[in-house]
Amino acid sequence: MISLLSTLLNGLSLGSVYAIIALGYTMVYGIAKMLNFAHGDVIMVGAYISFVAIFYWGLPPILGFLLAMVVCTVLGIVIESLAYKPLRQATSLAVLITAIGVSYLLQNSAQLIWGANPKAFPAMFSLPDASLFGGSVTISNNTISLLNDQLKISGNMILTILACVAIMVVLTLFINKTKMGKAMRCVSEDKGAAELMGVNVNLTISLTFAIGSALAAVAGVLLCASYPSLQPTTGAMPGIKAFTAAVFGGIGSIPGAMIGGILLGIIEKLGQTYVSDQLGDAFAFAVLIIVLLVKPTGLMGKKVHEKV
Amino acid sequence: MKINKKLLNALITFAIVIVAFILCEAALEGWFGKGFALKRADKGLLVPICVYIVLAVSLNLIVGISGELSLGHAGFMSIGAFSGVVVATWLEKALLTIDAAGKTVPFFSDTAILVIAIIVAGAIAAVAGVIIGIPALRLRGDYLAIVLLAFGEIIRNVMNCVLVWVEGSTLQFALKINEGSAAAVPGGAQMVINGAQGTNNKVMSVAFNNERFIVGFVLVIFTLFVVLNLINSRSGRAIMAIRDNRIAAESVGLNVMKYKMMAFVIGAALAGMAGCLYGLNMKTVTAVDFDYNMSIEILVIVVLGGIGSIRGSVIAAVLLKVLPEKLRFLNDYRMFAYAVVLIVVMLATNSPILKNLWALLMRIRPLRVAAEWLQALPGRIKAALPWNKKNGKAGEAQ
Repeated sequence: MISLLSTLLNGLSLGSVYAIIALGYTMVYGIAKMLNFAHGDVIMVGAYISFVAIFYWGLPPILGFLLAMVVCTVLGIVIESLAYKPLRQATSLAVLITAIGVSYLLQNSAQLIWGANPKAFPAMFSLPDASLFGGSVTISNNTISLLNDQLKISGNMILTILACVAIMVVLTLFINKTKMGKAMRCVSEDKGAAELMGVNVNLTISLTFAIGSALAAVAGVLLCASYPSLQPTTGAMPGIKAFTAAVFGGIGSIPGAMIGGILLGIIEKLGQTYVSDQLGDAFAFAVLIIVLLVKPTGLMGKKVHEKV
Repeated sequence: MKINKKLLNALITFAIVIVAFILCEAALEGWFGKGFALKRADKGLLVPICVYIVLAVSLNLIVGISGELSLGHAGFMSIGAFSGVVVATWLEKALLTIDAAGKTVPFFSDTAILVIAIIVAGAIAAVAGVIIGIPALRLRGDYLAIVLLAFGEIIRNVMNCVLVWVEGSTLQFALKINEGSAAAVPGGAQMVINGAQGTNNKVMSVAFNNERFIVGFVLVIFTLFVVLNLINSRSGRAIMAIRDNRIAAESVGLNVMKYKMMAFVIGAALAGMAGCLYGLNMKTVTAVDFDYNMSIEILVIVVLGGIGSIRGSVIAAVLLKVLPEKLRFLNDYRMFAYAVVLIVVMLATNSPILKNLWALLMRIRPLRVAAEWLQALPGRIKAALPWNKKNGKAGEAQ
């Protein structure tokens, strides 16, 4: 029972990271109708920036975190305007290959700048050691131990889940309550009509990339806080998983990405613990396939009627 | 005889491949003197080039001709490579005969083993193609791409757990699904596939082997024959009709699923064959070698060669395998340069801005005159050739 609880918490924390990355994928897909394969590598850039800021420049973690967000936001806008904007009218396959080119470019730039060796990511913050409620809850080594040391929750896990919840609330409010959010919904519905109604489509698409990339930076820092090994290919696999999560939840749908990400994380951890520690990825992908076969547009995807 | 344009196109593709093969063989024999003798690294590229040509052509059948975006092509390659290694080892260890000198030797020669392994691997990959295709091809567009990517990753994950070892003259199989689980493998057994450490290929010699290159060449010719014939057949036209407009094709009575499956399974089988040749050409291959990066590498070849153009795929496969090797002097900047070239090529061929730039340049009179002259040049050369003149007259007389 306690082992199940701990697995679920682990899955929730991993799933939160997937959900944050998947938001970037799904927003870009919803608005620009493209699979941004370079998104996973923006995560890696974010993690490296905060690593350099905290480890080499000695900035406080929160400043490193903000710096990573700013750099990734700028990077997202630059990538969009240089590589993707000229291809608005091109076939989706051409855009996909360009995105793959950008992904290679980011990975190899990171390798040239920071080298291929994995770097140990520093701890972002630490909880004070304490013993509460007469010793039933102890905090040591940045880990909270509950129920006679049987259930251990790391500080990073709590931070990740809290960050995910905060991002979900803020993003949902932004999309539904602000003028820019309304513009984003319009563009994703019908680009041409939105343009006729006076929505600045180019600005909206740039903004989407900016938000997605900033979220990627957050995800990168959270991911490396939990799995502290940083190398140029760090972002690739979580990127693919998050992409899967976005499709799982119905690509283009923001609540879908959140639910898809969290479910995927939990399924992966459950599979790893109870089925096979080698086949965790296979388990997550198999569930994705089954979901898509039953519901071909994902959990919360809109059904598009085909016009003849 | 009136030569059909499509047939002529196919013959040109075959001719290019055959001439390239003869040139390679001549260089291997040292006919061009020392200056053109192939170095060791160049020789090592010959078989992988054959493999990549087959992979690119088979993926082009799925992506270009059938119009289904596949991000899981490496999965079929993986199945082909691993089953090929197992079949080859079994033929080597279990099917023995006694030669004239009274020694126990394998019944088949190395080359025969390679050919049989490739055929079996193709069949197994085709079965995998059917199993994956039936559910996956119901989906369309990006959803299909992600499901095929997922299948590719599942294959990689499962292959990571497979254990195969030799016990006496039989092969034993096991799955190691948990890191800590007790190994069923007896100590000192000769491993054929050792989980994440990949294959241990003792069957073939590792150094370059001309017979293997010839097998690779035959495989390329076989692939071109199958794919080009399919494209120019009734089924091929049906497949392309479904790609261009599924609803219209369905409404004239084409069985969409059947034709999609046909292209997909043939593509999968050819990828399995290529994977088998790849696996047996290497001392060791691991499941991680066949991850989605490999699928993407093949997709890049197909896109740069031109979607739907078989000859383009062949040429792009050769260029994209040879170029990185020739760019070794760039060291660490090699892959960086590759990425930049990829982006620039995609922008140059698809961006309206660059097309407008071209139109702008054409407004400058000397440039326009030069461009028109260059465009007319091939036609003029053709017209000036003596045999063309003769043919023209003979045609008129008839």
